[in-house]
Amino acid sequence: MTGGGAPGRRRHAEHVMGTVVSFDVPARAGEPRGEGPLGQAVRWLHWVDATFSPYRDDSDVSRLGRGAVPLAECAPELAEVLDACAAISVRSGGYFTTTPGGTLDPSGYVKGWAIERAAAIFTAAGSAEHSVNGGGDVQCVGSRMWRVGIADPLRPGRLALVVAGQDFAVATSGVAERGAHIIDPYTGQPPAGLASITMVGTTLAETDAFATAAFAMGSAARDWVEGLDGYEAFAITAAGATWQTSGFGAYLG
Amino acid sequence: MRRVILAVTGTIAGLVALLSFKSHVPSVPVAATTGGSGGTSSSSSSSSGGQTTTVPGEFPQGSLAGKLPAGETAVDGKAANTAYGPVQIQLIEQNSKIVKVAVLVQPANTLHDIQIGAFAFPKLISETIAAQTAKIDAVSGASYTSAGYIQSLQSALDKRA
Repeated sequence: MTGGGAPGRRRHAEHVMGTVVSFDVPARAGEPRGEGPLGQAVRWLHWVDATFSPYRDDSDVSRLGRGAVPLAECAPELAEVLDACAAISVRSGGYFTTTPGGTLDPSGYVKGWAIERAAAIFTAAGSAEHSVNGGGDVQCVGSRMWRVGIADPLRPGRLALVVAGQDFAVATSGVAERGAHIIDPYTGQPPAGLASITMVGTTLAETDAFATAAFAMGSAARDWVEGLDGYEAFAITAAGATWQTSGFGAYLG
Repeated sequence: MRRVILAVTGTIAGLVALLSFKSHVPSVPVAATTGGSGGTSSSSSSSSGGQTTTVPGEFPQGSLAGKLPAGETAVDGKAANTAYGPVQIQLIEQNSKIVKVAVLVQPANTLHDIQIGAFAFPKLISETIAAQTAKIDAVSGASYTSAGYIQSLQSALDKRA
């Protein structure tokens, strides 16, 4: 699934991690199965899937979760991810958790982290302008104004608004596509109040995890995000009303 | 071209969702057909036979192919079967932008169908046009599944050619 795009650009959609990861990269990034940065990024994402998927019995996450191996025998990236998750759990007052369903599942961090790293592969290879979209969570790299449409959770197929920024990350959590897959760890129920919340930040790993935590918080997320340096949020409530944090207006496209 | 067809699919999916709110079962079979020439798909897959029906509405009924000024081309969407009959629309493109829409086939079994058609087609069509003119690089939304991606706006972006 590789499309054309603007001259000198390459678009590619890779089915991985239970979703589709869309690349908008320089054409010289090469082929998805080649040796260039596009191939490297694609192989990286499949490795992350094989290592971190809670749905694969033989992944490091599954084996660690059921006590079959100690952390020291897992890929070193797993310890790195769990440390980052612990820090985000603290910063979110426990609303972000690596055990949302009772068993080890750091997916709420892993996807954004994997996409952010995939984008970094292109930067390291000399690209100054690229974006990688992991199933609706986007890392944009480059000084041009990137325009990211925010899907309207209440009207599928439509955009609620467009955000614009340079070198930024946009992540949305909500009920739009997968149903109620985020659980409030304090009640064990899907959070009430929000249909979706979009977080804008610099790097996708944290931005995506914060969006997950914010969605679980519901309306309380507004005050929480106001207190986070470098992050802004836009939310659509289940009733169709919207709110945004005080600095969000700078991103309106 | 492929992008436009995906947009048509999205519009039809939205329309089918709207139609699904209806509670009655149609009693009269529908076979509204057109001579959709110049498009990539012209299958108006009515399975029920019956008479050709013309439906009132704001949008041109029937194919505009052959009636277009220079620079405009017609692309037929794929016919979608709904519980209330087949649905098919035609997009008129100019410089790869949708500038007009014609309705090739829509359900017209009852007065209720006609009312829904008059309401839903203009709304969905204007949204399709709005989405493509937003000039976006990517779409952020709650995670889609691998299957859901097919109908996503991001998928339409990825297909840009």
